[in-house]
Amino acid sequence: MNEIVIQTDKLTKRFGDFIAANEITFDVYKGEIFGFLGANGAGKTTVMRMLCGLSKPSSGAATIAGFDIYRQTEAIKKNIGYMSQKFSLYEDLTVMENIHFFGGIYGLSGRQLKEKGEALITRLGMRNETKKMVSSLPLGWKQKLAFSVAILHDPKIVFLDEPTGGVDPITRRQFWDLIYDAVERGITAFVTTHYMDEAEYCNRISMMVDGEIKALDTPANLKKQYSADSMDEVFYGLARKAKRNL
Amino acid sequence: MKSSIPDSRFWAFVRKEFLHVFRDRKTLLMLFGVPVVCVTLFGFALTNEIRNAKIVVCDYANDDASRQIIGKLAASREFQLQNPLLDYNQIETAFKQGDIKMAVVFPANFNRDLLHLNEAQIQLITDASDPNTATALSGYATNIIMDYQQELIQLQGLPYTINTEMRMVYNPELKSVVNFVPGVISLILLLVCVLMTSVSIVKEKESGTMEVLLVSPFSPFGVIVSKAVPYLALSLINLTVILLLSIFVLGMPVNGSFLLLYAVSTLFIITALSLGLLISNITTSQQAAMLVSLMGMLVPSILFTGFMFPLENMPYVLQLFANIVPAKWYYIIVKSVMIKGLGFEAIWKETLVLLGMTILLLVVNIRKFKIRLE
Amino acid sequence: MRTLRFLLQKEFRQIFRNKSLLPLIFFMPVVQLLVLPLAADYEVKNIHITIVDRDHSTYSQKLVSKIGASGYFRLTDYTMGFDEAFKDMEDDRSDLILEIPPGFERNLVRENQQSLFIAVNAINGVKANLGGAYLNRIIADYNKDICLEWIQTSKFNPSPSIEVTQSNWFNPSMNYRFYMVPGILALLVTMIGAYLCSLNIVREKEVGTIEQINVTPVQKYQFLLGKLIPFWVIGMAIFTIGLFGIAWPVYGIVPAGNLLLLYGYLSVYLVGILGLGLLISTYADTQQQAMSVAFFFMMIFILMSGLFTPIDSMPRWAYIIARSSPVTYFIEVMRMIVLKGNSFEHIWRHFLIMAGFAVCLNGWAIVNYRKTN
Repeated sequence: MNEIVIQTDKLTKRFGDFIAANEITFDVYKGEIFGFLGANGAGKTTVMRMLCGLSKPSSGAATIAGFDIYRQTEAIKKNIGYMSQKFSLYEDLTVMENIHFFGGIYGLSGRQLKEKGEALITRLGMRNETKKMVSSLPLGWKQKLAFSVAILHDPKIVFLDEPTGGVDPITRRQFWDLIYDAVERGITAFVTTHYMDEAEYCNRISMMVDGEIKALDTPANLKKQYSADSMDEVFYGLARKAKRNL
Repeated sequence: MKSSIPDSRFWAFVRKEFLHVFRDRKTLLMLFGVPVVCVTLFGFALTNEIRNAKIVVCDYANDDASRQIIGKLAASREFQLQNPLLDYNQIETAFKQGDIKMAVVFPANFNRDLLHLNEAQIQLITDASDPNTATALSGYATNIIMDYQQELIQLQGLPYTINTEMRMVYNPELKSVVNFVPGVISLILLLVCVLMTSVSIVKEKESGTMEVLLVSPFSPFGVIVSKAVPYLALSLINLTVILLLSIFVLGMPVNGSFLLLYAVSTLFIITALSLGLLISNITTSQQAAMLVSLMGMLVPSILFTGFMFPLENMPYVLQLFANIVPAKWYYIIVKSVMIKGLGFEAIWKETLVLLGMTILLLVVNIRKFKIRLE
Repeated sequence: MRTLRFLLQKEFRQIFRNKSLLPLIFFMPVVQLLVLPLAADYEVKNIHITIVDRDHSTYSQKLVSKIGASGYFRLTDYTMGFDEAFKDMEDDRSDLILEIPPGFERNLVRENQQSLFIAVNAINGVKANLGGAYLNRIIADYNKDICLEWIQTSKFNPSPSIEVTQSNWFNPSMNYRFYMVPGILALLVTMIGAYLCSLNIVREKEVGTIEQINVTPVQKYQFLLGKLIPFWVIGMAIFTIGLFGIAWPVYGIVPAGNLLLLYGYLSVYLVGILGLGLLISTYADTQQQAMSVAFFFMMIFILMSGLFTPIDSMPRWAYIIARSSPVTYFIEVMRMIVLKGNSFEHIWRHFLIMAGFAVCLNGWAIVNYRKTN
């Protein structure tokens, strides 16, 4: 039995009468890539924000890396990395300054910062860009950098909120290589996306429709279950039933 | 270039701008809270007159004459007499510790000197760290003392008296609000038009929505005009609010023609909008637009309009500079129409100046705008 | 502490890299300090008078020249008709009109009594009051001269007179700039501090980087301290530049009191006013909102600070508002230390009040700043 790193039980978020996420229950195991899929407005980001401690659940329970999301949010924050769809590095700081800043506030020592920073730069092949402002980098590079910075402190889990939005297929492929790298080092990846080809890269995926999880399994099992050839078909099959935003 | 004749698209843009403004309650605070608070403050709280100023007496004489003068000082609403001091040396501590603004010192034998030598002295010591208040206080005190002297003279019955008959024109009750309201109107209009317009346009630049608007089939000038229309409307509403407040709350009627007032105000609003546009053209971030609007536009307007600080006191260079501040001309117009009740023949020169400024600003804007589009 | 160091390093880098904002932060105050005190002078002087002399007698001439010699007034016009004079007033060229009626001299001598008519443009009430009082005093003086001229011959009987002497402490030359410059310096530090501080945080909200900070273990107070300290330093720097770079060499203002005391108060004050900026930023979502709210409060605080109009003259409710604003206290203390040379024993209460403001505003900001919603 694998170690469970994320466990949720009937996690719910209401905004007034609107139920953004309704009784979400699932487990994520250590070292897997967990895909969190759904149409825009299905509630993916709401769930992710609750798991990261950015948003308080209305009801239900969850533990992240063994910590309770109501009482131990600060402990959770030490053990997770986060990269959001809104771009999350400081545009007016250089590549190296961003690495040092985020590493620094996660409490890395001076030596660790130096070593990890070097390793990161080498891995991304950004040796010549270390002194450039982040604002001057192409989008794909920014996102690879943002991901690398998010896992600089070796978190147990990294949350990726639509990390590959707006970049070309080659860069997306490279980005996923980075995720695989991280997973090999024992980091669990929790990814939201609406690119169905990316869903195939995940170990397991869940499909959210109208604030509820409608399906959860490996990509292969899901295709079998819905007798579909691709994840696209699975998604359309489920999303067609949605009442919201369609 | 397409014509910018209003069509349905134009009104769609205008509607969008209105929605932006009205959805945002904190910004509404700026738009409507500021004028109301301004009028209330200037109407009731801020006055250049001195009232209830704390003063002390140090009476070494303690005789009839000194007591009579002290009584007069105590009776005036300008002064609030604090516990008398026994010793001259306590004055400095009183000034430093409390908020005592002036000390009146009567020398020993004050009355005797006055009766027998026909000459006596009173010393006024002011806290001149605020020279304006000091001057005013000593002025009031001197007047009261002179009154007393006059009474003494009249007792003696001197011939050849010259009486004066004084009439306060335009503002018989000497309310300071009469001076302030026209100033507040020009400031508020500037604030709404320059600051809010420039920031809201730069915001669209920052977030990239400006590009979206500019590539739309709608003409770029239409985009800009549609940004300006809501603020023009808001400014006119604001003007109305201020006028209603000053008429019904402050009891300050509009003596001239409303039509004229609104017509000239519209012109001034267009001047201010062009200024806001210019600022949004030359800045790239909201913070910079704000700083330029506040420091570069609003502060000079407060200074060089002439309603808080008299222009004629300024060095000549600054007086010349004041001429390029639109609010100065508008302030003169509002004062003439609203308070003095004069007609167009009295303000056509100022109106012409404003018109010239507006045209100049618009030309510069159009030039700048074209450059950016290429 | 290490986290704070990283936060500070980041803030300073961002501030010093902002090429459009940085010059504004330091350049604007310098310009304002050079121009404002020259312009912000509401001392009543240069009162313009139009005299309508319909008598043209020796006596009226004498009165006119006495008014001219007094130094209080500038003669705009010397006319025959009242309508012309009134036109001067309509055009704002003249503040007062003195009308000397025909037969002034004759009536005075024959009937022992004569009236003069004065019209005052009262839109500016203070100027009107003072102008009227000055003119009355000159006329009374003139009246006395005439009396003496006639009575001297008969009997030596001078009227009783009280001589009023005046001494002006702390600012004997009544230099208006000694009063305005420290006040303006205080206002500049206030505005720049409160605005920049509130806008800075809201900008991170708008750009989205604040989310990234919120998922890190950075504590609320660390984040807010990281924002407060840089602007505290900037506020100190601007104040120092203003005081030693401009107020001292340009206006000759040398603080009479203890510099350490002045800086001590400034440092507490900055914490308070930056706390206000932080508080505003925790409520605002966009820079436009932050600016609007900050402007709203700053306007009230500045107008009621006592720099422009005396606080004592305000009605009770306004007085209470003025006394609840940190700006009022800072302007008072500036005047107390710089001009009067007060020592700590005179202003310890001001220290206490400001410390209260600092604790309340910052405490409120910390409580209201939410890492989660």
